[in-house]
Amino acid sequence: MASVTDSQGGSFRLSMLLYDSRYRSATIQIVALIGFLLLIGWLVNNTVQNLAELGKTVGFGFLGDRAGYDINQRLLEYSSADSHLRAALLGLLNTLLIAVMGCIAATIVGVVVGILRLSNNWLVARIMTVYVEMFRNVPVLLWIVLSMAILIETLPAPSAFRGDTPSASMLFGDNVALTNRGIYVPEPLFGKVDEEGVHTSWRHGIGDLHFFGDASLRFDLSLDLVAILATLIAGLMVSGLIKRRADRVQAATGLRPVTWYWRTGVIVVPVIVLLWVLGLHFGKPELRGFNFQGGTHLRNSFIALWLALSLYTAAFVAEIVRGGILAISSGQTEAAAALGLRPRRIMSLVVLPQALRVIIPPLISQYLNLTKNSSLAIAVGYMDLTGTLMGITLNQTGRELETVLLTMLIYLLISLAISGAMNVYNNSVKLKER
Amino acid sequence: MQCTFSDGLIKKIERLDGFGTEICRISLGLKNQCETGFFLTPRVEFAQTIRMEGGPRSSYRYRQGSRIITPETGDIQEEVIMKKSVILGALTVAGVMAGAAQAATLDDVKARGSLKCGSNSGLTGFAAPNANGEWEGFDVAVCRAVAAAVLGDPQAAEFVPTTPKTRFTALASGEVDMLVRNTTWTLTRDVDLKFTFTGVNYYDGQGFMVPKALGVSSAKELDGATVCIQTGTTTELNLADYFRTNNMNYEPVPIETNAEAQQQYLAGACDVYTTDASGLAATRASFEAPSDHVILPEIISKEPLGPLVRHGDDEWGDIVRWTLNALVAAEEFGITSTNIEELAKGTDNPEINRILGTEGNMGELLGLDAEWAKRAIMAGGNYGEIFEKNIGESTPIGLARGLNAQWKDGGLQYAPPFR
Repeated sequence: MASVTDSQGGSFRLSMLLYDSRYRSATIQIVALIGFLLLIGWLVNNTVQNLAELGKTVGFGFLGDRAGYDINQRLLEYSSADSHLRAALLGLLNTLLIAVMGCIAATIVGVVVGILRLSNNWLVARIMTVYVEMFRNVPVLLWIVLSMAILIETLPAPSAFRGDTPSASMLFGDNVALTNRGIYVPEPLFGKVDEEGVHTSWRHGIGDLHFFGDASLRFDLSLDLVAILATLIAGLMVSGLIKRRADRVQAATGLRPVTWYWRTGVIVVPVIVLLWVLGLHFGKPELRGFNFQGGTHLRNSFIALWLALSLYTAAFVAEIVRGGILAISSGQTEAAAALGLRPRRIMSLVVLPQALRVIIPPLISQYLNLTKNSSLAIAVGYMDLTGTLMGITLNQTGRELETVLLTMLIYLLISLAISGAMNVYNNSVKLKER
Repeated sequence: MQCTFSDGLIKKIERLDGFGTEICRISLGLKNQCETGFFLTPRVEFAQTIRMEGGPRSSYRYRQGSRIITPETGDIQEEVIMKKSVILGALTVAGVMAGAAQAATLDDVKARGSLKCGSNSGLTGFAAPNANGEWEGFDVAVCRAVAAAVLGDPQAAEFVPTTPKTRFTALASGEVDMLVRNTTWTLTRDVDLKFTFTGVNYYDGQGFMVPKALGVSSAKELDGATVCIQTGTTTELNLADYFRTNNMNYEPVPIETNAEAQQQYLAGACDVYTTDASGLAATRASFEAPSDHVILPEIISKEPLGPLVRHGDDEWGDIVRWTLNALVAAEEFGITSTNIEELAKGTDNPEINRILGTEGNMGELLGLDAEWAKRAIMAGGNYGEIFEKNIGESTPIGLARGLNAQWKDGGLQYAPPFR
């Protein structure tokens, strides 16, 4: 007993930090934290000291220097006279493009394959199994390189389209050209103002809004696109109003007025009218000189990377979707069937809404994986962030530490943004507990 | 256990578990005695690998007999790891030299009995193994000439294949004694990377190759073309500048390796392949139908390619430099592999006599014997013979002498006088 009273009444002793269970965990944590900070401090100090020995100083001034190299796929206007910062920005946009396109395609393919794997049709289910097993069990880099090799070796070169009896011809009424340098498709154009400021027709585009003057981060915002989006959103809102009115009528009278043509009309007609007023026409790709000119050029580096990343990630998404669906008890399906719902409606109204709660969290990881895997782009020469900032810029300026840190930071931010956005969506579909 | 080097620098040996190796701790205890570092030449018989921990920066691996260059400053502790038998065996260190007063590389090469050359990993005509596995080519011949001059045997040259990324590390770390690997002489490589270029054996420049079927005869007609290019090289910047100054557009296809570039070019995924003109010629020679491709006349950059050695060992640099000069001078004075025996008996031309060692003491000044240049020339012939045999117009590569002709013929190859 004496020992118990001793410890309660006694004053604080240093050894209690380790032997008293009240303080022990805190002590261990503080020691671990100090150790961790020392380690970080040592790493930073070591880096700075070594760089100083090499006569290198850490600085980001090189980002303002002339880049001197060209980038083939440019979402913004760029030339070799621009700065390294702008080259990095173009690389970032290319990364974002492949990430967004890849996530969309992977989701669509993945959901379809995931559902088909559960099909009662033996052949369909087996084919999907083979697809999933093939893609997820081979490294994605091999798929990227294979896609590129197929595109290069199987499609004709632009020169095959030339001559009196060309060995290759364009598809869809001379609108689309498949070449081993990529796919050329028509591009939407708006009526232009000619040189004297006189409109060749009263129907013409509104033009662009230029931001940030001559700065590295300058960009043009197409007012035409803004107008189209605004019209589309307004149409959707009006359509929503019509739906709500129909709901009210149905609630009051029990009869639902037929509104589908109204609802389609308010969305489609204004957009079409606007496109006509803006003078929408399509620029066809044409073989001029060495290459096809005009139209939109989807480079085969982009297509190969997009295909491989989407199909690879879709295999994982398919498994996630299948798992999510299987997680819903068959009682739900049977109950829905007992109510007289058709199989397709059971899937869309009963199973999928519940399955989404299981699907979304692992799906976030797949989106993040796809985004990070896009850094394999250099294997096919797709100029993404890794190709510009961490590739050529690093090579030409010799700023390894800065470029790698900057690239890591940017990938971190992209991943956190995707993660954040998907978490918001997850919160909206997850089980609402009341 | 105590091990002693001749000047007692090694302090103690510790057992390293699990590796079967033993460790020597050497404390140099020297500070800032020279600008470039300390030079340590361990004469360690039978040593397999010697590793030096150069302070916090990095660790290097060295082979037996190589020179260890320590980091610039500080009181450094080195660890020399070697096989146990080595420790028990003869273990001597020639000494620690401040600066490069002694021709360490020459001594190392002589002690080893072979010359290690960093070479291209395979570029037809310049450096590539033939069907028998023997290295041959234009760059290889320079190395063989040096081996003949120093060791008396052209076959005493060993070739270490290097890539553009690894070549400088291989030379700086002492893995190779000299680098002959179509390397462009630039200020930063000379000054910042601490190398010494010992001359130019090939004056090159960036060129373009196109399929003949395109009907292009000048690079000025390439507006709108798709250009395959190895990414991360100076050629990328030259290309951008060239098209910009000529107000032309192009579509760059960045590619990681030369092999991949060939594949894309041959498949027609790009119209043009650009790299150094000599590289283009060598690449073309490896095609199935080389005559279907043409190298355009425009050369858009200066790429002087030459052998290089480490900065600071001037004696060794001199030997490489003057071996190359001897090859060039031999062509100028008409010394060939066929008439050299005749000329070596003595001629009326004192310059020829000095080159071939029948007059003067040129070899002695270089730390070699009198017949060093004679052996170098006999190894593969003079500069012109080497050129014709490996890359000249009679070979599949078919390069014209152009800038690489003798100065008397309007070229740039010009050997300083042997006097």
